[in-house]
Amino acid sequence: MTKLEAVIQPSKLDAVKDALLEIGIDGMTVIEVRGHGRQKGHTEFYRGREYSVDLLPKVKLEIVMQDEMVDAAVDAIVKAAQTGKIGDGKIFKSKIDDVIRIRNEERGPNAI
Amino acid sequence: MGAGPGRRLKAASFLVIPFLLLTACPLVAQAPAASQAQQIADLQQKVTAAQSNADNGWMLMCSALVLMMTGPGLALFYGGLVRKKNVLSTMLQSFSMMGVVSVLWAIIAFSLAFAPGSHFIGGLQHAFLHNVGAAPDADYAGTIPLQTFMIYQLMFAIITPALITGAFAERIKFSAMMVFLSAWSLIVYAPMAHMVWGKNGLLNAALGGRFPCLDFAGGTVVHVTSGVSALVCAIYLGKRVGYPKEPMPPHSVVLSVIGACMLWVGWFGFNAGSALSAGSLATSAFVATHFGAAAAAVAWSATEWVLHGKPSALGAISGAVAGLVAITPAAGFVSPISAILIGLIAGVFCYFMVAKVKAKLGYDDSLDAFGVHGAGGTLGAILTGVFASKAINPILKDAQGNALNLGVVDGNWSQLGYQLVGVVIAWVLAAIGTIILLKVIDLTIGLRVSSDDEVDGLDLTQHGEEGYYWEASAR
Repeated sequence: MTKLEAVIQPSKLDAVKDALLEIGIDGMTVIEVRGHGRQKGHTEFYRGREYSVDLLPKVKLEIVMQDEMVDAAVDAIVKAAQTGKIGDGKIFKSKIDDVIRIRNEERGPNAI
Repeated sequence: MGAGPGRRLKAASFLVIPFLLLTACPLVAQAPAASQAQQIADLQQKVTAAQSNADNGWMLMCSALVLMMTGPGLALFYGGLVRKKNVLSTMLQSFSMMGVVSVLWAIIAFSLAFAPGSHFIGGLQHAFLHNVGAAPDADYAGTIPLQTFMIYQLMFAIITPALITGAFAERIKFSAMMVFLSAWSLIVYAPMAHMVWGKNGLLNAALGGRFPCLDFAGGTVVHVTSGVSALVCAIYLGKRVGYPKEPMPPHSVVLSVIGACMLWVGWFGFNAGSALSAGSLATSAFVATHFGAAAAAVAWSATEWVLHGKPSALGAISGAVAGLVAITPAAGFVSPISAILIGLIAGVFCYFMVAKVKAKLGYDDSLDAFGVHGAGGTLGAILTGVFASKAINPILKDAQGNALNLGVVDGNWSQLGYQLVGVVIAWVLAAIGTIILLKVIDLTIGLRVSSDDEVDGLDLTQHGEEGYYWEASAR
């Protein structure tokens, strides 16, 4: 099993969700996060005082899936979230040892 | 404040004459002259009572509006400007004035401000609200109960110390703040209110003051005193931990916008209510107040737009408040166009005080109580001497009853001097009173929370609660 963590622009969340649903992925955890990579922040002014905000709002999706779904899922996320500008985000891929469904303690791929 | 009664006699005669024609004529034939005179006397009494009720209704309404300026108006305005961890402590600092100042007012402060006394402070005749009842005091407001006047003035006494809390927000001990502001309202506010508005007050333009300073609704009494005290507090307490290196942006400009809008609305009670009657003078003050606020919001926003490329919500509301502050002494003395000019000047001036001068001088006036109220109040008091006009309010009269010139627009330059005297007295009284109180409290209970407590936030360390409770943290 594989976990994809996709950090994307908040405005692309709906598009990404739809694209994942289309290939049959309907479970995910979505978290509001802040961060930055190469994208520099912006400045805000409050009564003439300048604040540079370098941690920008992003949305992170965490999706665990069977290994054979991964390529299609990555493809779907990239297509839906890409604008071509700095700040589009990243996808992190990692192996998952086990999944446990809390309701009935089911384990492994069936619990996804 | 200090305004003469309106011109309601004319309106009253419209009511009386047709009524007399209808009722008195048939009576002439039968009734003796004495009962006619009696009827006229009864009518006059009813007319007086009707006017009194109208004025009283308006003044009770205005009292409620001015209380709304402190809570929730100022509490929201200031609460939005601090960091999340201090939102409740900041709101409570304003709210607690609604409690403690009210009690002090009843016990002694109203008497010190408005009972007959010296040039500088009132006597104790009204202590414990003695003789403050339904009978009017004609020197202050002849058509409303003295009790109404008392409760209306109390609302001013509440918001004035609450304004100061913007200067020491996010770092003062709650206990120190309570002691400081309670004492402040007795040794700074009450004498200043007496000097400007009290009988025989040194600066009272209407009631025989030596230096007739025009202050319609409290430019010197409320804004200069609170603003200057705020500056002294900011300097004496020192900067917040991490200021100015750490960013300390407002945690919710949304709350501040709501609060500022309530201040704007409440200010109609503050300024138009200072006519102390529901006549045309109240209208004049109401109109000037509105145009002053509007012009200053435009001016601050435009300045910010030019200098930073964007007009901000915080800028627009700060401008409106600055305009309201500056128009406070002038409302009731100036034309709508003069009010717009005062607002435009105040918007630009206070922007520079807040955005440039504060940064240059390096003091940490957390929420710009001085930059807006001290600076705007001083500017407004001086501009009142420029724009006040006898055509708007013939408050000063010579022995023959002719209206005397008021401000520079009437050709009277000496009024500027009187305004300056008022401003200087307010600055000196506020600064000295504040320094003494801070010193005493510093040496006894201490002023600031520990820096650990400051980092954790005052909500948690002073009050044991949080403004935004995270349910998952509960056990």
